Amino acid sequence: MNRLSEFLIGLLFGWGLLISGMTDPGKVLGFLDLAGAWDPSLAFVMGGAVLVGLLGFTVAKKRTRSFLGSAMHLPTARDIDRRLVLGSLTFGAGWGLAGFCPGPALVAMGAGIPKAALFVVAMIAGMLLFEMLERRIKLTSGASSKRT
Amino acid sequence: MNIDWVHFSPWAALTGGIVLGVASAAFVLVNGRVLGISGILGGLLVPQRSDASWRVFFLLGLILAPASLSLIAPELVGTPRIDAGNVSIVAAGLLVGLGTRYGSGCTSGHGVCGLSRLSPRSLVATLAFMASGFATVYLIRHVLA
Repeated sequence: MNRLSEFLIGLLFGWGLLISGMTDPGKVLGFLDLAGAWDPSLAFVMGGAVLVGLLGFTVAKKRTRSFLGSAMHLPTARDIDRRLVLGSLTFGAGWGLAGFCPGPALVAMGAGIPKAALFVVAMIAGMLLFEMLERRIKLTSGASSKRT
Repeated sequence: MNIDWVHFSPWAALTGGIVLGVASAAFVLVNGRVLGISGILGGLLVPQRSDASWRVFFLLGLILAPASLSLIAPELVGTPRIDAGNVSIVAAGLLVGLGTRYGSGCTSGHGVCGLSRLSPRSLVATLAFMASGFATVYLIRHVLA
């Protein structure tokens, strides 16, 4: 039951990305190009998503178990630190360079777009690089910093 | 400011956004998890983790979205416009992979879910990647070009 719902929600999220136009890097870059011919569509995507999300999370925060009875895995990290800001700045640079963020890239790869597949391979390499760097930092400092 | 009226698609954007919100709300209510793509994918790459199956099923759904939607409503599946060359694509992928893991989230986890949770941390992250995205496109299209 859990696996079925995760699959279906993944499917639905992919549909949302396709319908909204987020899987089209041209559209994303049109939003990020404030100084050019600006396409404000992405603000409407975020607006619609957060509007519904607010309702969902307001209910979710009050629950101790999910509808299917599993524990609630809500993030606990609260600190605004260098990792958060530098990581997000790095992500934004990559986003602006190609117009892909992780979800739309995976969906476009599923549509059989070769450049999206190339992006996903590079993205996974970037994530593996992060794991390697994390392990090195942990080995040298002995500190563990686990976040969600 | 110049609005690109040709490509501006408020209704499709709003409808798609609502679908994204429904999926995110459903994921936290039904499965008790935050729908963050970089975290879901990245979690598969962490050694000694035993929670691979739900991640795989979710990602499988995501990847099968275009095929399934083209069966129901082919007009909703557009063709992406990709201007970036292969070198830029690889560089962008590396930056996105590294950055999202280092910053603990992307457009879905911090942007949609984080803002919906009213998380100050996610608001900072979202402002940071938006600002960086704006700056990068400005540099590429209006300074270097």
